[in-house]
Amino acid sequence: MVGFGGWDMPVEYAAPGGIIAEHMAVRTAVGLFDVSHMGDILIESAGHPGSALAAVQHISMNDAGQLAVGQAQYSALLYPEGTFVDDVLVHRTGEENYLLVINAGTRDKDVQWVRANTSSFPCSVRDLGDDFTQLAIQGPRAGELLQTLADTDLSRIKNYWFTWGTMCGFPRVMIARTGYTGEDGFEIYIPSDVPTSEMVWSRILEAGKPLGILPCGLGARNTLRLEAKMALYGHEIGDKINVWEAGLDRFCRMEKSEFIGHAALERARASGVRRVLAGLEMLDRGIARDGYKVFDDAGREIGTITSGSPSPFLKKNIALAYVPPECATIGRTVLVEVRGQKLKAQIVPTPFYKRPKR
Amino acid sequence: MPYPTDRRYTKDHEWVRVSGDAATFGITDYAQHELGDVVFVDLPVSGTKVAAGQTFGTVESVKAVSEIYAPASGEVIEINSSLSDAPEKINQDPHGAAWLVKVRLADPAEIDSLMDAATYEAYIAENSREASA
Repeated sequence: MVGFGGWDMPVEYAAPGGIIAEHMAVRTAVGLFDVSHMGDILIESAGHPGSALAAVQHISMNDAGQLAVGQAQYSALLYPEGTFVDDVLVHRTGEENYLLVINAGTRDKDVQWVRANTSSFPCSVRDLGDDFTQLAIQGPRAGELLQTLADTDLSRIKNYWFTWGTMCGFPRVMIARTGYTGEDGFEIYIPSDVPTSEMVWSRILEAGKPLGILPCGLGARNTLRLEAKMALYGHEIGDKINVWEAGLDRFCRMEKSEFIGHAALERARASGVRRVLAGLEMLDRGIARDGYKVFDDAGREIGTITSGSPSPFLKKNIALAYVPPECATIGRTVLVEVRGQKLKAQIVPTPFYKRPKR
Repeated sequence: MPYPTDRRYTKDHEWVRVSGDAATFGITDYAQHELGDVVFVDLPVSGTKVAAGQTFGTVESVKAVSEIYAPASGEVIEINSSLSDAPEKINQDPHGAAWLVKVRLADPAEIDSLMDAATYEAYIAENSREASA
């Protein structure tokens, strides 16, 4: 167990697990994650129609005005500098309410920040982080498995949509086709009391046994999201990195109404980015890890690794690093300093892994 | 897994087995279990001098890099080159086939201060209790 944002979480589960087996279960069959550490903030109009949407639009970079009830989007909360408070999933849970799913490590900061920055709107803001046990069922066979426990037709839930249905006998469970693995899958939000949580967890594992399900820990969650180049707060995004550098342009709707960070992002776009997030594959034997320095082939320091790991699926050593745009050309050779040795790596296209169309 | 009684153990979870003036170093079952899936091993070349308590290589799992410390001083005379293509052997047979290096000891008496199997087992049991406390 390791401490993670105030939670005790397994890096990996006991045999037959292990990070590689857990990772491969998600890529080839199905895996189950306890992601209850994720925080939840509910923003409601509270008798002032339109105020929840106006507040969400003000504090987040994607266009929540495009969301239908039952639809979710990836977005981020930004500082006035255009850098990250956190990344979030915004769910439109009703005509006048939005559920923001946030990171555990930034929960207190996020809740305070959301309250402070929505105070001029007549909406209500509630921290529901303790109300849900959030489970992620991820992998090509996730739908097939979850369908045996749900009364709703899950095949009708499109990617980044959600619905409410009966799950393991519990009514009105929020079932979202979202995840953090680069694989198809669902995240479900069940009541957080211990008997319910344990029962649903066990029922999913039991029902998934014939499919080869494994419970998966933080280790596999990290390697899976890295292969899919999904950002992790404190690594690829943070309060010193802006949206353009992080390459999250397509989730940032400059044309929508004003939002916090907008002006700084306008200026940053005009002046051009000084660094971009690039994918690396090690050519020499060695593993690039978070914080290792990156050099060009002339030995000039050009950046730092934000995340690096062996890729269990690709069986290569992969990493992400911020480097100047001119160094980020696909195929270019760079050097990563690993315990005093400069090892060769190559800039490669990302995401490292893209799930096959089925 | 029972810890073999033909060797000594360090607090950093390496083992050393002496035969004559040469010794074999490896990491313990406890260490491989803590590391998880081992994917990379970095060992010194033959002829390298190692000093007791000093790092002489690294073992990397998916999640972490771990230094390995020499249980005793000496000169490396052989490395287990099979580990470079099959580092997962360290998870499968840490006390046997996945030995790391053979070393000509500078002072065989150095290992007398290390733990025997029973002492090491008590030591890791204590470690586990602290970890779960």
